[in-house]
Amino acid sequence: MILKEKVMKVLDTVKDPEIPVVSVVDLGMIHNVSVYNDRVTIEVMPTFSGCPALEIIKRNIELAVESIPEVNSLSVAFIRHPIWTTELVSEKGKQELKKFGIAPPEARVEGEWHVPCPYCGSVYTTMDNIFGPAACRSILYCKSCKNPFEAMKPVSI
Amino acid sequence: MESLEYRECLIELIYQLADDDFLLAYRGSEWLGLAPHIEEDVAFASISQDLMGHAALYYGLLEELGEGKIDHLTHNRSPDYFRNAILVELPNGTGTYLENPSYDWAFTVVRNYFYTLAKKVRLDSIKKSSYEPLQHIVQKISIEMSYHMMHWEVWFKQLISSTAEAKSRMEEAMSIVFAELGGVFSYGRIGDRMERLSLIESEEVLKERWMVYLNKENIQYSMKMKQGDGRNGIHTPHLAEALATLSEVYQSVATAEW
Repeated sequence: MILKEKVMKVLDTVKDPEIPVVSVVDLGMIHNVSVYNDRVTIEVMPTFSGCPALEIIKRNIELAVESIPEVNSLSVAFIRHPIWTTELVSEKGKQELKKFGIAPPEARVEGEWHVPCPYCGSVYTTMDNIFGPAACRSILYCKSCKNPFEAMKPVSI
Repeated sequence: MESLEYRECLIELIYQLADDDFLLAYRGSEWLGLAPHIEEDVAFASISQDLMGHAALYYGLLEELGEGKIDHLTHNRSPDYFRNAILVELPNGTGTYLENPSYDWAFTVVRNYFYTLAKKVRLDSIKKSSYEPLQHIVQKISIEMSYHMMHWEVWFKQLISSTAEAKSRMEEAMSIVFAELGGVFSYGRIGDRMERLSLIESEEVLKERWMVYLNKENIQYSMKMKQGDGRNGIHTPHLAEALATLSEVYQSVATAEW
């Protein structure tokens, strides 16, 4: 296996500490991985600017990639451009969010935001609070199965 | 970087943007556990966390431009060197968050709504033409800010069209906020050069846009700068008190690694 593939493989094990089922790759945070001999440079797009997990994520990426014996020098940096949006969350990431009980980000249809309940799939849901327990999440309520749930706040440019 | 003059003006503008968000994030955090209801507590805490993140992005850029470490810029800078508008340093009310907090929700709603509107007008202007790394930061902040705008707009509209008491309290709050709102739009002593170097458009243009966004006819208030001149480092004693509280832990072990 070439080094870049090994790096991608360990990145798949680095999860968001607040959503421990989804990797940074599936969240769409990894913009670029470049490998030059034994030197690795990783560009990461920050999700929400006030998210306290960002520094932990960066550290976890460093620890994971440093564990590959062939890596001699590593640089992990947050970049300003391009900007992370929820459209970058992969299909696999969306399914995993849903299993975890967080509705994946939905595209707005004519300004309206329809969020199906991650438990029963009903679209008979209401927004309780755009702001939730983490910068990236909102609090909703399902009127069909009577469960409160969280949804990833849609972010687009 | 084009010239020394460009660099000086750019740095000054970033301090203004950074210090505004930093101080308002702090004032917001003082409401934690005291907001009118639990959902608001969650929302306001989240907004304040976002604002602190925005300030951190700006301070990060200042660090890159050679202004010193972020921690130093936030925790070890004398109040005279802060460039925030007076509006964002004013306390939430009387008392402190620990002792007899008697905070004013009407003032908080008006301050945050008017400030967010002004922030949008300023950032939209920077997006058009400015220093590229600053434009990138501003694009990111704008996305998150749109949620703040929705939040404060709902509060503002609901309270102002509520009971007679709510209306009179909101009007009182508006007169206090307008008395300092001019300071938010001010660029301080080198503002004319910032404008000439296309870092941002003129104060007058931005103020006019703000009034259009507010979309309230017959507004009887005008924007003033009553209690100081924050962009030029002339502050109320409230700033020094806020910074002392903010940096208390940092100052307690000045040599610690954070």
